[in-house]
Amino acid sequence: MSVPAGHPLLEVRGLCVDYGAGPDAVHAVIGADLALHSGEVLGLAGESGSGKSTLAYAVTRLLRAPGMITGGSVGYYPGPGTAVDLLAAEEGTLRVLRWSQISVVMQSAMNALNPVLSIGAQLTDVLHAHRPGMSKAARRARAAGLLAMVGITEDRLGSHPHELSGGMRQRVMIAMALALEPQVVIMDEPTTALDVVTQREILQELMELRERLGFAVLFITHDLSLLIEIADAIAVMYAGRLVERAAAKALFRAPRHPYTLGLLSSFPALHGPRQHLTGIPGSPPDLRRLPSGCVFHPRCSYVMDRCRTDVPALVPLAGQGNSEAGTARAAACWLQDGSSPPPPELAAPAPGLAGTAASEPVGSWQAGGTT
Amino acid sequence: MAVGSSTDLGATQGADLTPPPPGQRAGRGRLRLPRSPKVLIGLAGLAAFIVLAVIGPWIAPYNPSRTFSTTLSFPQAPSAAHLLGTTQQQQDVLSQLLAGGRSTVLVAFVAGLAATVLSVVIGVTAGYAAGLADDLLSMLANFFLVMPALPLLIVIFGFLPQSQGGDDLLIGAIIAITGWAFGARVLRAQTLSLRNRDYVQSARIIGERGWRIIGFEILPNLIPILASSFLFTVLYGVGTYTALAFLGLVNPNHLSWGGMLFYAQVAGAEQSGYWWLFIPPGLAVALLGTSLALLNFGIDEFINPRLRAAGLSRRQARRVQRDQASQTGQADRAGQAGQTGAASLPRRFVLGLTPVIHSTPLTAVNGAGNAKFPERPGTDTGPAPDGRPDGAGRWRGRRRP
Repeated sequence: MSVPAGHPLLEVRGLCVDYGAGPDAVHAVIGADLALHSGEVLGLAGESGSGKSTLAYAVTRLLRAPGMITGGSVGYYPGPGTAVDLLAAEEGTLRVLRWSQISVVMQSAMNALNPVLSIGAQLTDVLHAHRPGMSKAARRARAAGLLAMVGITEDRLGSHPHELSGGMRQRVMIAMALALEPQVVIMDEPTTALDVVTQREILQELMELRERLGFAVLFITHDLSLLIEIADAIAVMYAGRLVERAAAKALFRAPRHPYTLGLLSSFPALHGPRQHLTGIPGSPPDLRRLPSGCVFHPRCSYVMDRCRTDVPALVPLAGQGNSEAGTARAAACWLQDGSSPPPPELAAPAPGLAGTAASEPVGSWQAGGTT
Repeated sequence: MAVGSSTDLGATQGADLTPPPPGQRAGRGRLRLPRSPKVLIGLAGLAAFIVLAVIGPWIAPYNPSRTFSTTLSFPQAPSAAHLLGTTQQQQDVLSQLLAGGRSTVLVAFVAGLAATVLSVVIGVTAGYAAGLADDLLSMLANFFLVMPALPLLIVIFGFLPQSQGGDDLLIGAIIAITGWAFGARVLRAQTLSLRNRDYVQSARIIGERGWRIIGFEILPNLIPILASSFLFTVLYGVGTYTALAFLGLVNPNHLSWGGMLFYAQVAGAEQSGYWWLFIPPGLAVALLGTSLALLNFGIDEFINPRLRAAGLSRRQARRVQRDQASQTGQADRAGQAGQTGAASLPRRFVLGLTPVIHSTPLTAVNGAGNAKFPERPGTDTGPAPDGRPDGAGRWRGRRRP
């Protein structure tokens, strides 16, 4: 994880998102705090329906009706001393910001390609709209370069989407998202529809591109094991709330929230002794009828009386990680409030956090640090 | 959002076992029309007209064809005895209005029903059969679409023997002949799209019969369109029947609103100011048409739920505004300290511009001013990015997406 130098690029504070209004409103995201630093990969993990995609769509103001933002703030800081309040931004500001500064690769993005236009036409169309000074030849060269960047040969420029495989279409979408060299790329399960081999190829390319171009990634997925490999920091969501936030390695080695522990023990390790996979009993709650107190308590094996009545807040854990808001090691669990020592599984010593806040990159693909 | 009954759950039991409180969500999952004011008004209006069609002749104060005076030769203005006055033949207008509804509504619904059946048979067959059958049936539908309806009807009614000029069922059937083609085209197009869906193809592959596929796989998916097209044709039937009767093509002794308008015209009502002769039947026809149109809007929203979700109902908007007022003082949700920014709630949502009901301005958080978004330094790809903000914060030189 890179040492957060100065202000984060994208900062989300206390974001609340509702679907619908009045007593029937579903609170899809409640009080989410996130900070994405320049060049960082921030992973957002959670089960289906935990609010990951809603959070990402709300940050970019792309949420469809009846979604509404009912609280919090989202700040985008492209440079020192400049700030854009995304929640107060006008349509025109957002239109310029999107794609050129913040781009999004949607879930099943490959279906977003227009079936009757060639890949080249769709790639150059972006440049035509956003870079009016570019000549036709320059646009074509840039489109070819973008395709080459994601590992597709230039002769595919004339192909139509149905002539490409799913993985290639997904690569085209990633190339399109990067066409204007954005600072922030939000990826909502970009590889869910692909098999693991293609997934790995695409992610490897993505990580190489990130190193070369230096953009920050908010990577949303339900695949925690994938995140541990590629992300610098990880935030775990459950039923609309962030329950734990930590550096990837710290989260993997030393989870502090029972839900994270449950997620981690539901996939096998490739190395080491055989372990019994436990998983998490029960299923995610209905967002319309959330349990009282900690939303995870009906499925938690460490449940205490307090969990049934009081909602734990996501608080930074003392002496663990950088104290700057949004980047600190934090967990929303009554076990970690310091009143009594947490169970040993939730108190494993965090790696790399003894002296400094910095830790080595976890993923095998990441060679150097970022900014 | 806390539900008290979930506290008794065991530590590791499923979280989602508590049944919904009875009555709270009754009716959820049932097929129901959206309850917007439009639909309610349309439904109430249509119901009123149907009731009128059934009981109208019985509640009419007089026999509508009874002549009250043989000496008077002018229509009499409304009075206590004749609430809507009398016609030139000295018949009671209110009684005619009440009794004439039955024929108008009956003809319209017969026409709607017959035309819908015709359009289903021809449209779905054409869409499903494809090939030559499709070509021929489509040609037939196109033929009826381009043919001007009223002249055709005038010709047909000219051939009808006088004795049958007042048969509601026959008139409805004849009107249906000119009203089915539009529905057939729409149904054919939708069937063409449905017949290539996976579930229809799988039914074909496992050897289901054609009629069964049409009846069980395709028709249920056409019901919203059918309902809409039925109401549309009923509306067409009301207008056409009134027009035909107004032109005197229907047996003039057969009582209907169009027939009343015919007699009003004969009496020169407009020139002489006998408003009670043409306003009551005209208004009745207009209101019947409005009810049908409003109901059709409801079906539209039912077919396409996005129309419903595109905004908040007035009541929801009020509720949100009220919540907003009570929340500005106290922050009761996690992490919402000192909410100040409260935007006015839009009634209609814009795609790509999610409404923000509360937000904490950035200045309150970290002191950084909400500066204008800075121009990005030129990249190697082009001379200058577009979208330069001018003073008003608007953006010029951009294509609309």
